[in-house]
Amino acid sequence: MSLIHEELEKRILVIDGAMGTMIQRHKLEEADYRGERFKDWHLDVKGNNDLLSITKPEVIIGIHLLYLEAGADIVETNTFSSTVIAQADYDMQALAYEMNVASAQCARKAIEQYKVLHPEDTKPKFVAGAIGPLNKTLSLSPDVNNPGYRAVTFDEVVAAYTEQIKGLVEGGVDVLLVETIFDTLNAKAAIFAIKQFFRGKKELPIMISGTITDASGRTLSGQTLEAFYISVKHANPLSIGLNCALGAQEMRGHIEELSGIAACYTSSYPNAGLPNAMGEYDEQPHQTAHFIEEWAQNGWVNIVGGCCGTTPDHIKHIADHVRTIEPRRLPVLESELV
Amino acid sequence: MSTTIKPFLRLSGLEPLIIRPETNFVNVGERTNVTGSKKFARLILNNQYEEALSVARQQVENGAQILDVNMDDALLDGVKAMTTFINLLQSEPDIAKIPIMVDSSKFEIIEAGLKCIQGRCIVNSISMKEGEEKFIEHAFICKAYGAVVIVMTFDEKGQADTLERKVEISERAYKILTEQVGFDPQDIIFDINVFAIATGLEEHNNYGVDFIEATRIIKQRHPLVKISGGVSNLSFSFRGNEHVRETMHSVFLYHAIKAGMDMGIVNAGQLVVYDEIEPSLKELCEDVILNRNNDNNEATEKLIAFAETVKAKGKVQERDEKWRDASVEERLKHALVNGITEYIDADTEEARLKYPKPLDVIEGPLMDGMNFVGDLFGAGKMFLPQVVKSARVMKKSVAVLTPYIEAEKEERRLAHIAAGTINQEGAGAAKILLATVKGDVHDIGKNIVGVVLGCNGYDIIDLGVMVPTDKILDAAIQHNADIIGLSGLITPSLDEMVHVAKEMKRRGMKQPLLIGGATTSRMHTAVKIAPEYGNGVIHVLDASRSVTVAGSLLSNDSKPAFLEQTYGEYTKLKHGFDNKKSHKNYLPYSKALANKVNLDWASFQPVKPQFTGTKVFADFDLNELRQYIDWKPFFIAWEMHGNFPAILSDEIVGKEATKLYNDANDLLDKIIAEKWLTAKGTIGFWEAGSEGDTVVVSHKSLVASQEKETINLEFLRQQIEKAPGQPNISLADFIKPLGASKELTTHDLPLTTDFIGAFAVTIDGIEPHIKAFEANLDDYNKIILQALADRLAEAFAECLHLKIRKEYWGYATDEHLTNDELIHEKYQGIRPAPGYPACPDHTEKYKLFDLLNVTESIGITLTESLAMYPASSVCGWYFANPQSQYYGVGKIQPDQVEDYAKRKGMTLEEVERWLRQNME
Repeated sequence: MSLIHEELEKRILVIDGAMGTMIQRHKLEEADYRGERFKDWHLDVKGNNDLLSITKPEVIIGIHLLYLEAGADIVETNTFSSTVIAQADYDMQALAYEMNVASAQCARKAIEQYKVLHPEDTKPKFVAGAIGPLNKTLSLSPDVNNPGYRAVTFDEVVAAYTEQIKGLVEGGVDVLLVETIFDTLNAKAAIFAIKQFFRGKKELPIMISGTITDASGRTLSGQTLEAFYISVKHANPLSIGLNCALGAQEMRGHIEELSGIAACYTSSYPNAGLPNAMGEYDEQPHQTAHFIEEWAQNGWVNIVGGCCGTTPDHIKHIADHVRTIEPRRLPVLESELV
Repeated sequence: MSTTIKPFLRLSGLEPLIIRPETNFVNVGERTNVTGSKKFARLILNNQYEEALSVARQQVENGAQILDVNMDDALLDGVKAMTTFINLLQSEPDIAKIPIMVDSSKFEIIEAGLKCIQGRCIVNSISMKEGEEKFIEHAFICKAYGAVVIVMTFDEKGQADTLERKVEISERAYKILTEQVGFDPQDIIFDINVFAIATGLEEHNNYGVDFIEATRIIKQRHPLVKISGGVSNLSFSFRGNEHVRETMHSVFLYHAIKAGMDMGIVNAGQLVVYDEIEPSLKELCEDVILNRNNDNNEATEKLIAFAETVKAKGKVQERDEKWRDASVEERLKHALVNGITEYIDADTEEARLKYPKPLDVIEGPLMDGMNFVGDLFGAGKMFLPQVVKSARVMKKSVAVLTPYIEAEKEERRLAHIAAGTINQEGAGAAKILLATVKGDVHDIGKNIVGVVLGCNGYDIIDLGVMVPTDKILDAAIQHNADIIGLSGLITPSLDEMVHVAKEMKRRGMKQPLLIGGATTSRMHTAVKIAPEYGNGVIHVLDASRSVTVAGSLLSNDSKPAFLEQTYGEYTKLKHGFDNKKSHKNYLPYSKALANKVNLDWASFQPVKPQFTGTKVFADFDLNELRQYIDWKPFFIAWEMHGNFPAILSDEIVGKEATKLYNDANDLLDKIIAEKWLTAKGTIGFWEAGSEGDTVVVSHKSLVASQEKETINLEFLRQQIEKAPGQPNISLADFIKPLGASKELTTHDLPLTTDFIGAFAVTIDGIEPHIKAFEANLDDYNKIILQALADRLAEAFAECLHLKIRKEYWGYATDEHLTNDELIHEKYQGIRPAPGYPACPDHTEKYKLFDLLNVTESIGITLTESLAMYPASSVCGWYFANPQSQYYGVGKIQPDQVEDYAKRKGMTLEEVERWLRQNME
């Protein structure tokens, strides 16, 4: 049993909150993103948050540290878009691998610093290598007149993810987190890449987190929650869960359902409510924590945290509220039909 | 307590398929197989993939639970055909909802299929034909895709044709898969080979029995594995005699399923019900299949002889085609909603001949259908892939109309030239460029806008979805577009649109920018986008508005005035927004309190109600309530805005509104006659006196444990700085202060004491009727019923309030008002509800519920967010004072919130949560 397994048996683990929201607070400009190394880059790179792990590592480490101090047990690497496919927007495909290594190292360093600053906290902290959904989808055609068309192939996606996984492992992550899955086939390609990468070796634990996009209760690619879980359970994941798109209030029913069908641990890191008319999130930390506490009391969750719009303050409230609550117990897997 | 998870075989398409013991038998659709269906093979070879999809759809409609897809044909590039077909299938939600069985004898074709499927599928099949090593390798790959495997009982020596071989090979494969590859037993399916019987060769006669017995043995040893087989092989020797074949299949399945067979590849539409087989034929088939009375092929001979006497009864394919009988408008709508392209050409042509102009077909039935789709999507009843499919049907239909529209377009083009609404260079009709912004895949609305504008004679350049800013602007320049339209549905798209506007400014562009899509709003456009770009930014509410907006923008005459007007409106909106944010002045709470409503209490004589305490109306006459209904909100619920009854004769919506009104009244007749609903209510009055913003109510709780004699109601006070002489109102101002009369006592009622009242009403019993409408798929009446229940609850509140004024409290016994005057609140006294503008704190509802004992007396409960259930419920306070009025508390300041929290005995955090609306 891995260390994270052991911890999950003892308590509810807290995963960190939004990276983008925190980066925005630094009000970084084009020149900050570029740094010295990319000062002559031929495209604008402002908004390429993953690049900051290379050009502004102190900012990223600082954000991780804030989340650790807020009570996060798991920090996510700043690698949501660190693939050759997503980086094509900035013509930075060649840097994808390096971004993964650098981001994983930022997270590791943050934990080291935290341990020095807070020797009283003896609980283990974990780095989750974030594997994002890509900006191209395998199940949906971008062209309404040609529904059979795909902007990318399964093999290309597998290759992109394989490189990302290699970088994350090289940089020293503890678990891999396939997250914000709105097209299950992209996630299946990530799982395929992970299985291939680790074949014959000791595999890192895999966390999987899908996204229910709207009131239909389905993923963007059209699957129901249970169909989604069935489609990815071959990953034999450490945890299955949901994040993004919905606030805790809208996510509640789905988490309840998932808790009843998942053979593994469950995770949930919702947005800070639904965005208002200005596209901003305004659910307050204690509100988010209030919802999540109720889930924990119902025994639905093992890992909780926040997604878009959440801040260290949200994570602190969440951590405070779930600290003394027993984690969800793994279901009993029966081996007979009757 | 932990839950338990059973070892069921779990598959998925868009929806889950869980095979439980009680599932009985799973039909695998077999017609999407080029080796099994000549028709399907021909369609694929001719590249007619659309029609090939309808073969798949037919399978699903006929009850197939899994779809077998096979592209093994020497003339086909199997990998390509599999990829193309599966990708198309994934875009058809009504097919893609079920799991796929990827079927090929070539593993590379299987893998090609697996690369296109998000759901958990079945691989058909792998085997040890080429030895263990390859078998293991293939199994590992299948596992990495998450696929379940069918193992054909085939080894290096050949196919398993006897009972012993079937059992032996499956045993060996089971061991390898579970021990070396790590498969769960429930994810293994054995196809133990159905062979043709009754061929005339005696060694074939026992094949049916071997299959059935092997099934029994394997399932006994490994209860979790599944047994499958291609059933139609069995009757191969009766080719051409479908009647006999179908009967044989039914009989075979009946026995094989009893032995434990779980699934089979069958033509789901063609199975005969076992119990309905004619007994003589059933017996003949059973003899052949179970190899009874079959010495010297006796049974076989008999069946062959029988087969020659029956003509194949050509059976008509049965599927639900009732919708084909409806009007052409209904058929178009059905095709749009269900994404069926099969008849769209003919239906469109029929509609074209029926309507005066081809464009009328688009603006009429097609737009109606798409609006319906939009509504369903908005309500979460359709999901994205379905809507995309609807858009495709729409496009196909428009394609039929296009040649006819071209002719009209030419006329319109000339008209455009005459009106001056032409492209800048005069090269033709104006060009409108449309795109869904980067990061967003939603484009239904954009497509509809494109279709509508295209039909109005504009050239549409549609860049599709997820389009980066640069690409949009480059294309706009390259095409010399006259207008740029952006669409988006998810919230991050709002920022992206701001970015596009900034870039347009930076690049010095001149085109007006249109903003549309579900998350966009006039306010956001005015506040965030319009300020970034000076050459016109206009929010377009819907497709129909887009035509007039484009017309105004492209006419040289009207453009400046239109832009100026829009600019003015947006500036005002932005101004209002900014002001709301910061520029208002607020009084300190103490000053606001001092600036209260000053009433002349000295000369005030409170009216004493008929009783104090509560009174319950257990079953109020619905007929009486009916006359108090305010119909305007009823029509608003149906998105028909206007005054009642004027709306019934409205030029545009009048006809529909009247129809709706009549339908609603018919249903109301029924509700009253058959007593579907019960109106329950309770009212109460208590002595009360105010003290600052607190109203102290004399109260003996009905709950024995709460022997508190008074209860404090807490109200909030306006804090915005008012014009001189205008008070900062609080509801507490309308209750006589405690100090103004003698000290409030509980039992001894001084005549100078003031009173407060409260009420709660509900309309009970809606659920079974909602369910019945739902079961009938009758959303129309369901929504009418819900809207009526709401109206009845409001009518009840209105009616009770009247009785309060004239009778129970009796402070306005001589009031004579019409229903219209009631609706316009012309009466004395008010009935504000906790959670609404005058008293925005929902948590005061607890006190109201306690005072009236609401939950026990009439059954309304409060949810955690303090909504009332049943939903059609209303509650509120009664104030009788002639000066009392409805108003809004508006924004309040932290000093009041702090004081309020203290008064309520709640934490600041908790109070802030409930009053957030009033604090930002």
